Amino acid sequence: MNGNRGKPRRAPNTGGHRRDPLWLAALLHRLSGLALAAFLPLHFLVFALVLNGEAALDGFLRWTANPAVKVAETGLVFLLTLHLLGGIRILLLENLPWFAGHKQLVAGALLTACMLALVFLVRAA
Amino acid sequence: MGEIAVSLWRGKADGSYQVYRVPQRDNQTVLDVVTWVQRNVDPTLAYRFACRVGMCGSCAMTVNGRPRWTCRTHTAKVVKNGNLEIGPLANLPIIKDLACDLRPFFEKWQKARAVFSPGLTRKDAIERIMPTTAARLAADAAIECINCAVCYAACDTVRWNADYLGPAALNRAWTLVNDVRDTANPQRLAAVAAAGGCHACHSHQSCQQHCPNALNPTASIAGLKRHTMQAYLKGELE
Amino acid sequence: MNVRLYVLQRASAAFMAPLLLIHLGVIFYASSRGFSAADILARTRGSLFWGGFYAAFVAAAATHAAIGVRVIASEWTRWRGRSLGALMWACGLLLAALGVTAVAAVVLT
Repeated sequence: MNGNRGKPRRAPNTGGHRRDPLWLAALLHRLSGLALAAFLPLHFLVFALVLNGEAALDGFLRWTANPAVKVAETGLVFLLTLHLLGGIRILLLENLPWFAGHKQLVAGALLTACMLALVFLVRAA
Repeated sequence: MGEIAVSLWRGKADGSYQVYRVPQRDNQTVLDVVTWVQRNVDPTLAYRFACRVGMCGSCAMTVNGRPRWTCRTHTAKVVKNGNLEIGPLANLPIIKDLACDLRPFFEKWQKARAVFSPGLTRKDAIERIMPTTAARLAADAAIECINCAVCYAACDTVRWNADYLGPAALNRAWTLVNDVRDTANPQRLAAVAAAGGCHACHSHQSCQQHCPNALNPTASIAGLKRHTMQAYLKGELE
Repeated sequence: MNVRLYVLQRASAAFMAPLLLIHLGVIFYASSRGFSAADILARTRGSLFWGGFYAAFVAAAATHAAIGVRVIASEWTRWRGRSLGALMWACGLLLAALGVTAVAAVVLT
C-alpha cells in the first residue's frame, strides 16, 4: 500500500457515462428547455408592450438591432432548433419500434441547429 | 511488463481511494488485479465475484468511472498511463470497499411487478408459444438479463430520482408484459405507470451503452411507455 | 413523473412540433424585413388565424414548460410533493397569463 494519491475523494468516481454523446444530448435538451422556459416570459412581455401603444413595442424592437442582442437571438434560435430536433428524436424513440443511429441523429440535430443559427446571424448582420 | 498504480475504494461511503502497486500481466483482467491485492497486500479488501467467466455478473464494479464486469475487462484496455481506478457500483449503498448492497435493486424488481404470475397449473397442458410472434420476439430480445446492476449503476435517473425503478426492473417487466402466459399485466402496468415508473426515464441510453449482455432497456422502457399510454387513454389503467 | 403528466408532456410536445416549424419560418421572415412593430402588427392585428395559432401555441408551451420544470426540480433540487405541484402550477399559469396577454395585445389592439 502506497498511501493516498493527492486529495482524497469524498465519494467514488462514478461519472464516466457522462462523457457519452447520448447523455450529453439529453443534458443539452434539458438545459435548452430550461433556457427557453426562462426566456418565454420575457418574450411575452415584449409583445405586451403594444398595450402601451405601438411606439413602445417599436422602441424595444429598435433596441434589438444592437449586435449583442442579435448574438443572443442567434443563441435562442440555436437552442430552439436543438430542443425541437432532440425532442422529435425522443418522440420517435418512444413511439416507433426501436431504430439504430441515435448518435448520428444527435450529430445531425447539432449540425442543423448550428447551421440555422448561423444563417440567422448572417442575415441579421 | 511493469506495474499498475491501482486506486481502490476502501471503506464505506465516507471512505477514500487507496493506491496499490500491482504487477501488470498479459491477459490480465481487472478482477485479477483486485484478487492480487486481496491475496498479496491486504486481506481485508472486500469484493465480490463468482464465476469469473462473464456469466454471473457478481463482479460488477466501477472501473475508471464506468460500471463494468471486472472479469471481462482486460487491464490492457482500461489502464491509462499506468493508472487504474476501481470502486463499488454507483447508486447503491456501499457495504465495504468494492461490495455494495444490492437489496434496493432487488426490491425495485419486486416493486415493478417484474415477477411471472402463471395462470395454469402443472395439471394443465403446456401452453404452446411460437417463438416467432412479435410479442415473443420482444420478450426474447430483453430476456437475457442476469440482474448484475450495471445498468442501474450507469443510470443518472436512478441517481436523481429515488423512486425510479431503474432499467433492469423495467426491462424485466417488459419481458413479462410480452409473455402471453402471464396473468398479472393490469397490476404490472399500473406499477410501471406510477411515479418512479417507466415515464421517469429520459432515454439517456446509459443503460444500453453499458449493458454487458448488449441488452437495450431504453427500448424496453419505450415499449412500456407505449403500453401504459394506450391503457391510460382507454381508461384501462388501474 | 407519472403516466398522466407524461401524456400531457408528450402530447404538448407533438402538438408544438409543427407549430414551431411555422414559428421558425415566421422568425426568419420577420428578421429578413427587420423587426418592426408596424410590420408585425400588420400581420397579427385582427387575424383569426394568428390569434388562434399563437393562443394554441401558448397553451401547449405553458403545459410543456411547467411539467418540464417540475421534472427538473424533482431531480435536481430537494423539492418534493406539494412544492413541486405548486411550482408547476405557478410556472404554467404565469406563462399562460403572460402568453394570452401577449397574443391579445398583438391581435386585439
